[in-house]
Amino acid sequence: MNKIESPEESRKLLDKIVFDLTRSIVKKDELTRFWFFFLIIFAGVGLWGWIIQFHHGLGVTGMRDYVSWGLYIANFVFFVAVSLVGLLISSVLQLLKISWAKPVSRAAEQIAIAAVALAGIIIVMDMGRPDRLLNVFLHGRFASPIVWDLTVVSTYLAISVLLFYIPLIPDLAIMRDRMGSELPKWKMQLYTVLALGWKGNDRQYKTVYHALRILMILIIPVGLSIHTVTSWLFAATLRPGWDSTIFGPYFVVGAFVAGTAAVIILMYVYRIRYGLHEYFEDLHFDKMGRLLVLMSLVYLYFNINEFMVPVYKMKQAEGVHLSELFSGGYAFLFWFVQIVGLVLPILLIRLKFFRKPLPLTLIAVVVLLSAWFKRYLIVIPTLEHPFLPVQNVPEHFHHYEPTSIEVMIMLFSFFASILIISVLAKLFPVITIWEYAEEKGIDKKYFTEKPKN
Amino acid sequence: MKTLGATLGATGVIGSGSILASCNRVEAVSGDKITLLTSSGELVEVDKSQLKPAEMPSLSENQKRGRKGLPGRSWVMVIDLSKCRNARECMKACQSHHQLKPEQHHINVLQMQETEQTSPYFMPKPCQHCDNPPCTKVCPVNATFKREDGIVLIDNERCIGCRFCIAACPYSARVFNWFEPRDAEKYEGVTYNIEANVPQKQGTISKCLFSADRLRDGQLPSCVSACPNGVYWFGDRNEDAVTNGTTKETVSFKKLVKEGAAYTLMKELGTAPRVYYLPPKDRAFPFEAEQV
Repeated sequence: MNKIESPEESRKLLDKIVFDLTRSIVKKDELTRFWFFFLIIFAGVGLWGWIIQFHHGLGVTGMRDYVSWGLYIANFVFFVAVSLVGLLISSVLQLLKISWAKPVSRAAEQIAIAAVALAGIIIVMDMGRPDRLLNVFLHGRFASPIVWDLTVVSTYLAISVLLFYIPLIPDLAIMRDRMGSELPKWKMQLYTVLALGWKGNDRQYKTVYHALRILMILIIPVGLSIHTVTSWLFAATLRPGWDSTIFGPYFVVGAFVAGTAAVIILMYVYRIRYGLHEYFEDLHFDKMGRLLVLMSLVYLYFNINEFMVPVYKMKQAEGVHLSELFSGGYAFLFWFVQIVGLVLPILLIRLKFFRKPLPLTLIAVVVLLSAWFKRYLIVIPTLEHPFLPVQNVPEHFHHYEPTSIEVMIMLFSFFASILIISVLAKLFPVITIWEYAEEKGIDKKYFTEKPKN
Repeated sequence: MKTLGATLGATGVIGSGSILASCNRVEAVSGDKITLLTSSGELVEVDKSQLKPAEMPSLSENQKRGRKGLPGRSWVMVIDLSKCRNARECMKACQSHHQLKPEQHHINVLQMQETEQTSPYFMPKPCQHCDNPPCTKVCPVNATFKREDGIVLIDNERCIGCRFCIAACPYSARVFNWFEPRDAEKYEGVTYNIEANVPQKQGTISKCLFSADRLRDGQLPSCVSACPNGVYWFGDRNEDAVTNGTTKETVSFKKLVKEGAAYTLMKELGTAPRVYYLPPKDRAFPFEAEQV
């Protein structure tokens, strides 16, 4: 980074950066209103589905005694997976001092917060007796992976919020000092309160750097735990298809694939919607594409291990499960996820053309979609093939088909998470202003200057 | 009549054993008959003079003693597969005792065949009451637990309905109350009996409990008593005695499992079941004829 010496040049560039990066907050048009209206209506419809389920019980779902976990748990795993990208981009890449990852950090953190918050809500929606949620605290047993999951998911949410908030403080001060008439009063008050009286002296920056470093290191074990423990919900059982020792790392890498794809999509949306072409540059898409290939390659390696070893042996119960995946009722979905969702992206993104923003985003959509179906394939087929035969029960106990209520509730989770991200984007800059400006060579002393006019 | 039945039924849930037992002693007969609902859901007519207020432990007392189990006991079941003719009386008695719907099975008679060359057979499958139970390990709230006498029990007043135990059980022994339970209105307000897991509750788990309430009253489990073919042996491993539910014959448990070459289901999983199976050898009747 080259330091800009001239004060005028610094001030001019800073003005431009602040103007560009607060556009998402200032911009107000019909599309924004429609977007929020749309999200709230659909999230509301999904919530209504949950109210119906709350009154009538889990019988309104397609789950029964054999397939007793369905869409909700698959969706829960998906959301936990997506949230893990916060750890990868805002912590690991920052600690490795990879400079291109800096502007992407806040988008990743937005996704992490939205996804992990929804994961927590989804798991309550899956409970047969949500009214007894308090029992988990009153009678919690530390031997149960659910209690571990609850502990690490809430810790991860807390650290993610801090990791979002602390680098935001200098930005809040910039907005407090520089914005005014273009924003409603409550927003300015919010910034003033949240800026915590930031003055921008060296001691304060030192504290921020110090706190960030602690959080970045802290989030690594916590983040790895959330998905490892989530994988143990399955791996701790004796069932074929779940009884695997590599589930922890297999889930973690799969999560990085899904999360990277989600960040690419969000970057593209911000770039187009808020005109941030100079901030989410082609370079960022190029690098994110490479990251996606790296993660996908490792994930492919885990997939080969996870499926090839049991296929080679074909133990009885495992064999039934694998035949169902490879050539049975789930074959189309299974091969779609493996080939279109994993192998094809690896091959395509290696070409420079497919690392351009639009092609890469389209690939990321496919990757994210197959990441969801992958979770479905992990949860449901295993339950359809227990060790002992399924007999003396109605036909619909044998197979699982989600009901419209389940789909409604699942859509709630999607719309609600997008709503959280949208609200965050409307309130706070989507790229850290001060970090970005510093990266461009502007001295910190200009950040707290009030503009003359 | 219905309200009276329900109120007395509440008493009956716990005290039916003693009430029914007291029916055998005919003393002064007043002639006034009264209809009672027993814990197994049957209506019985009893002379009014025979009624005595039964001792009714409170819910917390019931839960407390239900968690502890019967001191000094170690319950085991032996199922003789060579005898099972798929009469399904066990399933009926069980569903009636535990207020289950037709599709809910605490005990399920499965049609099994190991390989194409081997003979098919019927296998009644209750909860295996494992000594290393995968289900109790995963429960986040200790709503399912292992008692001192070996029974794996459920507290449906505490269950949060996460269904992790269903996922963990390799024997598919657990059922869930997806809907309002059978006869929910009839049993409304009835105090929960943890040892029979009745009344069932929506959004909670249920499974075989070896009829722990009947064991407390000195009776054999419902399924064992109901079997017409002498399939079931039930008893106490500490006493080394198991009793056949049909013939009432009592033999040495050790001798029965040793000489009968008993085995446990999927022992390679390390769950250490308390239900033993005697192999389906010398079946003197054809399989097809008995299929339901």
